Amino acid sequence: MRETRTNFWKHLAQQPWGLWWIQGRRLVRIEVRRNLFSWKAAWIYFLAFIPTFIILIHLVADRHNATWMSDDTNVLAGIVQLYYVRLGVFFGCLGIFSRLIRGEMIERSLHFYLLSPVRREVLLLCKFVAGSVSAVLLFGSALLVDFALMYAGFGAAGTDYVFNGPGLGQLEAYLAIVVLACLGYGAVFLLLSMMFKNPTPAAMLVLGWEAINPVMPSILQKISVASYLRHLMPVSVSANGIFALLTVQAEPVSAWAATLGLLVLIAVVLVYSCYRMRSLEIRYATE
Amino acid sequence: MNDQIIFEDVSKFYGEVLGVNRVSLSIPPGITTLVGPNGSGKTTLMNLMTGLVQPSSGTISVMGLSPSNSPELFRILGYCTQFDFFPRGLTGWQFIFDSLMLHGMSDADAFQLTVEAIERVQLGDAAGRKIAGYSKGMRQKVRLAQAIAHHPRVLVLDEPLNGLDPMARAESIALFQELGRQGMHLLISSHILDEVDRISDRVVLITGGYLIAEGSIQQVRQEVREKPMQVLIRCDQPAVLASKMFAINHCVEARLHADGRGVFLRTADIDQFYSMLNGIAAEGLVKIEAVAPADDDASAIYQYLIGSDGSAL
Repeated sequence: MRETRTNFWKHLAQQPWGLWWIQGRRLVRIEVRRNLFSWKAAWIYFLAFIPTFIILIHLVADRHNATWMSDDTNVLAGIVQLYYVRLGVFFGCLGIFSRLIRGEMIERSLHFYLLSPVRREVLLLCKFVAGSVSAVLLFGSALLVDFALMYAGFGAAGTDYVFNGPGLGQLEAYLAIVVLACLGYGAVFLLLSMMFKNPTPAAMLVLGWEAINPVMPSILQKISVASYLRHLMPVSVSANGIFALLTVQAEPVSAWAATLGLLVLIAVVLVYSCYRMRSLEIRYATE
Repeated sequence: MNDQIIFEDVSKFYGEVLGVNRVSLSIPPGITTLVGPNGSGKTTLMNLMTGLVQPSSGTISVMGLSPSNSPELFRILGYCTQFDFFPRGLTGWQFIFDSLMLHGMSDADAFQLTVEAIERVQLGDAAGRKIAGYSKGMRQKVRLAQAIAHHPRVLVLDEPLNGLDPMARAESIALFQELGRQGMHLLISSHILDEVDRISDRVVLITGGYLIAEGSIQQVRQEVREKPMQVLIRCDQPAVLASKMFAINHCVEARLHADGRGVFLRTADIDQFYSMLNGIAAEGLVKIEAVAPADDDASAIYQYLIGSDGSAL
């Protein structure tokens, strides 16, 4: 047993990590450039910045009074939980991550990567990292601007709330949620795009699953990205009607357990994606 | 390291559709051409040896390396596919440079090799333009440049002359010949048969997923020696010669040359045929000026080996 463990670490140490690091950096650079600087990404920019535009109008058009700050805090929490996590990041990641493998199959350019001297697992993980960097850059920066605009109208009271009150802590939590949402949905959509020629119907099923997940038994809630993220929300969103379904707190879970749970889920999905990537065949004619 | 490309009893099925069936093949260094009609399995063989598709059964070895998820193989192999598509938004330069960067080399080395590859295929200033605006010939050139940029020892070219104008075609053929002379493995598929004779050391004939012959063109012709062979005889009285040869049962088909000063005769026994021809010449009835095999090329051999419907005989 001990010998097996020693051999495992020895084998791991013998891998060309330096080369993989260099190849990884270059792959990520190429992919991020393609993800962020193309006209096809325009609608993802739109998804990320539409709340920013609305908050900007709110800043310019509405009066701000310090007593209403808690309302705006709730609105921002609602935007993060109900818009970014449920819709914006969801569809943004669908666009970014399903393009990484399936998109290149459709454009018939994936073979160039498969013919390069890069291990397929390294290629897949680098594409995942590139997709994550692109999504986090877009949605993270949108959220930062949203946060700044939301409290800018309150003047000194807003500054005090952010720097001396709970503001910065909430911002950190929102950013963590967006990062984890990008990683979680990214991993799921990357896998779906390798399993299905058109991953959109499967993504719609995931959307439905995520919507009804809060009322599922706790064991099933563990197979959901949004259910982990709900536990990280710094401000609880109270909603009525159909939105109440999306904000149900079924079973309290600590933040670290939710984060760890989601990271484990992402790791499992990525390991299976690597397995599929090893046997991926280029058969453009059937695409 | 083994310097051969070896297919051992390799089959590939796409669902119920046959790609190639039980192909066993050993390819030494030099220029080898895969010849076969569309859908015969040429591209499948190339995709199998580069790991783009996995064999349903059998094993493949390229210079001792397995093509399945093998980064080591792609350091010594370049594949110019017939897929006429590129990653979006790249210039020819970026396309070649980016692919070299994935080899883990320094920026300076990748720059140097990119310049060299572009010069080699004579892409010129067009390298700085977006590939989306290239002509078909230029796209073919940039694909070729990308395939040879890292100085591979094995170069696989799927229909590399498609879309090239006569000048570019001649330049490419010269480049292939030069690479072949340098000891590189070149595996080329082409349906332009008259080019095969000029550039290849050996041919592999394939149809319907089955390997039907391989070797030098002369060797392949030998393999099908029992098939009728056609000879062009230049003489002053071709009709008389044809009737004489028919009379002694050594001719199965005769066709006058278009200029009327020769006859194509097809025989099932070439040795006896030449012996009888010498006899007729000695009689002095017909004055024979020249005798030459008329079908000792890939096109004719290919016609022998496959039926008119493209099926193997």
